[in-house]
Amino acid sequence: MSVIGKYFIFLGSLFGKGEKLSVYWRRFMEESVGIGVSSIFIVAIVSTFIGAVSCIQTAYNLVSPIIPVSTVALIVRDMQILELAPTITCIVLAGKVGSNIASELGTMRITEQIDALEVMGINSSSYLVLPKVLAAMFTFPMLVILAAFLGIFGGYLAGTLTGVITERDYLYGIRDSFVPYNLFFMCVKPFVFGFLIATISSYQGFFTQGGALEVGRSSTQAVTNSCISILIADYLLAQLLL
Amino acid sequence: MIEIKDIAKAFNGKEVLKGITSTFREGETNLIIGGSGTGKSVLLKTMIGLIKPDRGNVLYSGRDFYNSDKDMRQSIRREMGVLFQGGALFDSQTVEENVRFPLDMLTDISAAEKKERVEFCLQRVGLEGTGKRMPSEISGGMKKRVGIARAIVMNPKYLFCDEPNSGLDPLTSVKIDELIKEITEEYKITTVIITHDMNSVMEIGQNIIFLYQGDKLWEGLNSDITNTKVPELNEFIFANKLLRDAAKENQNK
Repeated sequence: MSVIGKYFIFLGSLFGKGEKLSVYWRRFMEESVGIGVSSIFIVAIVSTFIGAVSCIQTAYNLVSPIIPVSTVALIVRDMQILELAPTITCIVLAGKVGSNIASELGTMRITEQIDALEVMGINSSSYLVLPKVLAAMFTFPMLVILAAFLGIFGGYLAGTLTGVITERDYLYGIRDSFVPYNLFFMCVKPFVFGFLIATISSYQGFFTQGGALEVGRSSTQAVTNSCISILIADYLLAQLLL
Repeated sequence: MIEIKDIAKAFNGKEVLKGITSTFREGETNLIIGGSGTGKSVLLKTMIGLIKPDRGNVLYSGRDFYNSDKDMRQSIRREMGVLFQGGALFDSQTVEENVRFPLDMLTDISAAEKKERVEFCLQRVGLEGTGKRMPSEISGGMKKRVGIARAIVMNPKYLFCDEPNSGLDPLTSVKIDELIKEITEEYKITTVIITHDMNSVMEIGQNIIFLYQGDKLWEGLNSDITNTKVPELNEFIFANKLLRDAAKENQNK
């Protein structure tokens, strides 16, 4: 309980007396590049292959003369939009971004860089963490949209190249029974997950004590806790919004 | 001038500082010495506001740091420059950006004025032409110099140095010591240095405090330190065989 209390006090400190807006804007842009742009490659690889695999496996399980082949594409689309793109992408990002944030802040803590900021009278948590949180909440939904698109495209490639579904059936399937609300749901998830990953990882890194070993531990703890929180939040969001 | 009054601090019931009182004078290099684990760093951190003491006051030119409002504390903080043990340079910024950082964050002066001030500070510490290099590309001694440049860029009234010689070769140590002393006298700064380096004590120490197990056992001038009757201090000073032999030789003479 004390850890949860400390986490919320830490969140409160992010919105304490801050610095000039221009400083935050510059930091936000830097973090958006570091967190968002540098994650495009890994997100693209993971989502394309997940889309491809989900297409082939769905087709493998739907061998029935009464189910139209285009249903494969419909399932791939809904799996991507509702679950795979937002949740799996964010779990991958928890590993990449979460560990990076925790180790960066942990190293800054043990090398007294955070102390140096505090001595200057700078709100260190707000200066260091708030731009990361905002950048994650801003870039994660965009990465997830990209992941959903590439996932569906990956399914198309795998389906048509292996011959389990024709191009025409696939294009028909992804447009069949489309519910636009699902796109909204898809974008809400990474917004929440981005907040959780950035704040939990920052918390772990910010309060690191010791040396290199503890920085490694904080990093591992950040990824573990972020993944658990994503799964819990995923369930709660599904209950609340669907 | 900085006054500390009855500073005490305990961690998990263990007393690390047991009521330290002292005065650090303006324009002089004030040294806090003692062995490892005697509370030197904790005392420094209580003075600069990183660790809140359990009791006691820290007064900066009469202004009580811990009993002031936020604005006053902030204004006192902006009069401080701190050189951390490892330099505490921001890894993601160049040398120039590190030195300019306090100006960017805490002032509204123009870019040209900032550039001029940064160049002056880098020149003052003998690092002209290194502004574009990253902290990972410079030596330990250079990092300390950059740390000093960053500490003085805001024209501080108070300069704190946490073991400025740690990890440096003897020649670089002497240069860093001399630089700190020069800056202290030139700008009439109140400088507080933590060290367990006897060379620094003899070379630049003017007022010296000796801490032992969280207590202040001795306070005095550099010239008196070798003639004390405090056994713990003598043990600390003459731990080095060369100094021990020199002292014996002096006594024989």
